[in-house]
Amino acid sequence: MAFAIKVNGNTHSVDVDGDTPLLWVLRDVLGMTGTKFGCGMALCGACTVHIDGTATRSCITTVDSIGNSEIATIEAIGATPAGAKIQKAWLDVDVVQCGYCQSGQIMSASALLAGNPHPTDADIDDAMSGNICRCGTYGRIRAAIKQAAQQGG
Amino acid sequence: MILDRNASNASDGSLSRRSFLATTAAVGGGLILSLRLPFLDLQAEAADAGVLAPNAFIRIGGDGQVVLVMPYVEMGQGTYTSIPMLIAEELEVDLKQVRLEHAPPDEKLYANPMLGVQATGNSNAMRGAWKPLREAGATARTMLIAAAAARWSVDAKSCKSQAGEVVHASSGRRLKYGELAADAAKMPIPASVTLKAPEDFELIGTPAKRLDAPAKVNGTAIFGIDARPLGVKIATLAQSPVFGGRVKHVDDSAAKAVKGVRQIVVLDDAVAVVADHMGAAKKGLAALVIEWDDGPHAKLSTDDILSELEKATLNPGSVAQNIGDSDKAMAGAVTKLEATYQVPFLAHATMEPMNCTVHSRKDECEIWIGTQAIARIQSFAAKTAGLPPEKVIVHNHLIGGGFGRRLEEDVAVRAVQIARHVDGPVKVVWTREEDIQHDMYRPYWFDRISAGLDEKGNPVAWKNRYAGSSVTARWLPMYFKDGLDPDSTEGAIDLVYNMPNFHVEYVRVEPPGIPTAFWRSVGPSHNVFVTESFIDEMAAAAKQDPVAYRRALLDKSPRAKAVLDLAADKAGWGQALPKGSGRGVSLQFVFGSYMAQIAEVDVAKDGTVRVRRVVCAMDCGTVVNPNTVQAQIMSGIIYGATAALYGEITLKNGRVEQTNFDTYQVLRMNEAPTVEIYIVKSSEPPGGMGETGTSAVVPAIANAIFAATGKRLRKMPIDGSVLKQPA
Repeated sequence: MAFAIKVNGNTHSVDVDGDTPLLWVLRDVLGMTGTKFGCGMALCGACTVHIDGTATRSCITTVDSIGNSEIATIEAIGATPAGAKIQKAWLDVDVVQCGYCQSGQIMSASALLAGNPHPTDADIDDAMSGNICRCGTYGRIRAAIKQAAQQGG
Repeated sequence: MILDRNASNASDGSLSRRSFLATTAAVGGGLILSLRLPFLDLQAEAADAGVLAPNAFIRIGGDGQVVLVMPYVEMGQGTYTSIPMLIAEELEVDLKQVRLEHAPPDEKLYANPMLGVQATGNSNAMRGAWKPLREAGATARTMLIAAAAARWSVDAKSCKSQAGEVVHASSGRRLKYGELAADAAKMPIPASVTLKAPEDFELIGTPAKRLDAPAKVNGTAIFGIDARPLGVKIATLAQSPVFGGRVKHVDDSAAKAVKGVRQIVVLDDAVAVVADHMGAAKKGLAALVIEWDDGPHAKLSTDDILSELEKATLNPGSVAQNIGDSDKAMAGAVTKLEATYQVPFLAHATMEPMNCTVHSRKDECEIWIGTQAIARIQSFAAKTAGLPPEKVIVHNHLIGGGFGRRLEEDVAVRAVQIARHVDGPVKVVWTREEDIQHDMYRPYWFDRISAGLDEKGNPVAWKNRYAGSSVTARWLPMYFKDGLDPDSTEGAIDLVYNMPNFHVEYVRVEPPGIPTAFWRSVGPSHNVFVTESFIDEMAAAAKQDPVAYRRALLDKSPRAKAVLDLAADKAGWGQALPKGSGRGVSLQFVFGSYMAQIAEVDVAKDGTVRVRRVVCAMDCGTVVNPNTVQAQIMSGIIYGATAALYGEITLKNGRVEQTNFDTYQVLRMNEAPTVEIYIVKSSEPPGGMGETGTSAVVPAIANAIFAATGKRLRKMPIDGSVLKQPA
């Protein structure tokens, strides 16, 4: 059946089985490839999006569970104050290496900062430990989150 | 970022060949990454349009656009920043002015001079590029200056280039490169050029920001898995769970009933489900009932392979290095040490799962992939498709983690096999489970090692014989000679230490039923663990401090001594640590760079190991981009620490037992050590960077555990159960 989902402020109608994970609707049906596939089991965080502002693993979120909720992805996160600060800090600190996990890292970090403007190291560990980076950019991710937090606002 | 999807998605041949995907960074300057499609004749284009293209790496058009074609691929190591720095340094252009393109497959134009093939690996991009790519830039600059001098009728020596212009100093006249490109293209290519003296470098040695970063923080970077040619279907697959097995029977009735499933492709040893999207493909795959014939390796286990390796070290191998007479010296030694070491099979687990998109047409084949070895992909795909190589178009992409995995052709071969049954383009995406269970693995190695010490504890004899797969013998056979190859032996021979009697043998043993491949740091990831653990054992047997013991053996290696001293000083070597904590050191010269690491670990009563801090001192010769050098060391350390703490692929009944990040764990944010990096200033040519951190950290951790607990771990990964303290 067809489902209407709201992504980055736009409503899309998608005709897929209700148990289809949101990840594949975004990537393969809507062509929004910024959100990445890593594990399919919510173990790596590469597929992280925001659903009503909460960092959510799109690989295990079925399309029939979303309803009227607002989905935000990496393509639009720069339009939010926290997302913009995180993206700027990511560039200032030069976090990325291969970059494949970074959409998910930025989505997790943006949700963290939006809800907690001054996260401690423990807060960062809690919010970010679900996001794997095989290039090992963790040190710079931590530094970038702290830098973004210092910008205030 | 502006993304010209229409051009890239055209998959009908003619249009796509004459167009290219251009992606423009929206943030952070004027970088354009464009994916040039091959078949476009660079020289013909140059002749057509008055473009200056003095070599395969640089094109400057009449519009002043400087295009740099990247002979090495970007997989996170920063090569798409450091290679442009080399060219821009000599060409005298701002990094913001350049546009980058992935090189097409062409072994003649883009072969890695240190490997002889077009490949990015072995930490040698910068070593290979250091002179030729600066010369490429200087050649173009020389021709632009010559064109300007001719235009002004002045001596070329009175002109200089800066920031994309040629300037005549005395008259103040200046011309932009774009205005000179057509004239410069007619100038003779100089037979030799003068390179800048290091003291004149303006870019090299400065911490340049990554050119690929903006696209990677806003979701617009295009990896292989993001390729979407028009009309593409998505497929996922199940390959024989036992390597060498076959499909016996498939019941696809339930799979075909899944909404969005279009086709089931059954091959000899794999089954693929082709669908509208990956969700349907995965659901269809789960609904298949496949009966496998497991074949000859149905009962294989890791222990079978280990016992073969162990046996192989009882018989002589190929002599990798011999100094003096180790047998004689051993006989006269006061103290003798003997040990066996082993390291496991390891998966790469790149964040971007394996994938390849193929459009198989009647007389040609078009491929979208992120690969470390594009010409190899073209060659193997051509064989699989029964086409000449020039009929296989390969588009390279940014790589979501390479680590050696994407040097291999197996994924493209499999995707071509599937695509030949599919009408239109198909993207074959490996699930994470398929990726881990059908990787090609870092070899298992087994070492039998011994040493003899004199009455003062000094080493008088060293003997090591080890067995394992030679990846090089398969991948680049011309480098496998007399039973030896440079990768399997790196880090086991040519040690930095004075060893009066030293004998090392390698026995090549190819394990049945499991494919092996390069893996970040490969040979050194094994050899440095063994040698640096064993020298620690020798220091302990001699009742000497591990740093002091090593230091006394470094008279012929001043650069090694310098990094060891620096690391020890910065780490506070010798200062007390709490009970249950320890410091361990490692020292290596591999990939052309010197590195010392000191790891600090805490070992809990339940045996849990926490790597708290790693101090690293490095002499990698001339540093091109200190920003990416730092990042690569951090990266290598996390990758190696992951292997030390968790990494292990095991076989049971011929099947890989690990499946996903729950059973093949990797280090996470909350476990990551703080890393401090100190770089020795040097004017030597650049050394390799991408893999050194990985090999050095494993023995540093193992030696730190010994310091903390007195337990010597001779087998990786770390087994916490042997560190557990009685209650």
